[in-house]
Amino acid sequence: MKDELNHAHHEGCAHHGHHHELVIDQVSVAYRDILALDKVSMATSCGNRVALIGPNGAGKSTLLKAIAGLVPRRGGEILWRGTSVRKWSREFAYLPQREEIDWSFPITVRGLVDMGRYPQTGWWRRFSDEDKMAVDVALDSLKLNDLQDRQIRELSGGQQQRTFLARALAQEAHVLLLDEPFSGLDRNAAMLLGDLLAKLAGEGRLIIASHHDLVSARVLFDEVLVLNTKQLAFGSIETVLTPEMIAETFAVPV
Amino acid sequence: MFQELLSNPFYQRTLAAAAFIGFTNGFFSGFVVLRRNALSVSALSHTMLPGIAVGILLTGFLSQWNAFFGAMFAALLVGLGSVAVSRGKRVAQGTALAVLYTAAFAAGVAILPKLDTRSELEHWLFGDILAVGNSDLWIAFSIGSVILLVTNLLMRPLLLTLFEPNVAAAQGVPVRAMQYLIFGLLIMALVSSLQAVGCVLSVGLLVTPAATVSLLTDKTSALFWGGGLIGGIGSVAAVALSSPLGISPGPAIVILLGILFILTYLLSPKYGLLFPKKISQKHS
Repeated sequence: MKDELNHAHHEGCAHHGHHHELVIDQVSVAYRDILALDKVSMATSCGNRVALIGPNGAGKSTLLKAIAGLVPRRGGEILWRGTSVRKWSREFAYLPQREEIDWSFPITVRGLVDMGRYPQTGWWRRFSDEDKMAVDVALDSLKLNDLQDRQIRELSGGQQQRTFLARALAQEAHVLLLDEPFSGLDRNAAMLLGDLLAKLAGEGRLIIASHHDLVSARVLFDEVLVLNTKQLAFGSIETVLTPEMIAETFAVPV
Repeated sequence: MFQELLSNPFYQRTLAAAAFIGFTNGFFSGFVVLRRNALSVSALSHTMLPGIAVGILLTGFLSQWNAFFGAMFAALLVGLGSVAVSRGKRVAQGTALAVLYTAAFAAGVAILPKLDTRSELEHWLFGDILAVGNSDLWIAFSIGSVILLVTNLLMRPLLLTLFEPNVAAAQGVPVRAMQYLIFGLLIMALVSSLQAVGCVLSVGLLVTPAATVSLLTDKTSALFWGGGLIGGIGSVAAVALSSPLGISPGPAIVILLGILFILTYLLSPKYGLLFPKKISQKHS
């Protein structure tokens, strides 16, 4: 356990001899009888930033939730570091869309980041020095030190995103699954978040985020999965985001 | 005169009951405030009346025990029934609760004229903490201990469930079980406060303390412990003040807690109406 912690915390997976791979193999998800994802596949590895792009209702959020283990899969497999992920893994952190969060919940920034330690502490164990330190480091690396006693509603949109990212870091997650992290952010906040995501990927984390802006996607991400229930394309940003591809994806009425 | 009262064993029991019941309900009010369903608690509290009425109808007499069990059974039936109905996701829980509790209340109203113990029912409607007996004290104490023990042991999964049920479920928290548990404990807390404030006013004791604390702090744990302190101290103070002021202790408790809430709403340094601290950035 302790070895695992140190490994996750201080090394990150990029510093390993090899890159950790995430393979999504023919994953399908259905809500009742409506197919939300139809046999989607991709393979990527730590250190990358992957954008999920597609029109509204294309299944971007559903794919993130399926990887995070929040919705059951109808078929397909998800492999992380060569082993099949059945449900939740501590190494995956899911950051919900802003609308899904109860911002008036009486919890401070620090209290929320503390929640990231619950998977390690379990239901009863007291916070150790190591837990406190992990929270401090997470707050520090997302520049939230001065805001740690704020209630989460008293933050700007960018600060709120960073708070949830800090929780993911406190959890020592390798794979960060973000649902529309840039929506509603002003220019400066978006740039800061973009830099932080680049830094986190540089440290060896895998970032997967749904995104709606094709122009900024070129700067913010390395790889892109184009979705419209079915998978339309997957690959590096330059090869996939061609004018033809964009026309094909977004001209199709949903 | 107060000295005299304090040495009276009846009065001692009354104060002890007020402290237990006030603390337990105040502590649990943290969950009610976090669940944002104070209105459904109100629905459940009204359900206890027909429960007591049915208890009397079935056993033929009114006692502590059949009143307690009647109230508990009715509230459990309606409360857990509404959770079960809303499981299908077609009917929202609030809707299910409104349907079931009005039906139960109507049944209670229909039964009421058939009972010859109607006058005593007032005792259960508005509480009579001065009549508290040793067995009542034990009931309040046991329920309080169970609530405090269980919620403190399961605080983390309970909070995760309340804040992000999706994420909690994915992390292996049995979210359904936690929701049923909160409901079950809520009903126990309601039943424990019957003796003090009666079923109509029990909501006040189960909502107001933490609502007051939420105006003072953003720390989640403070909602529970602070709510317990306000509930306990407020109840004891209200009971002590009630006889010189000539009002019944049950209403006195809820009135005092209400006044504390309004004062806090006006004067809180952080969220008060009169001295609002400037919050630099608001969520937009």
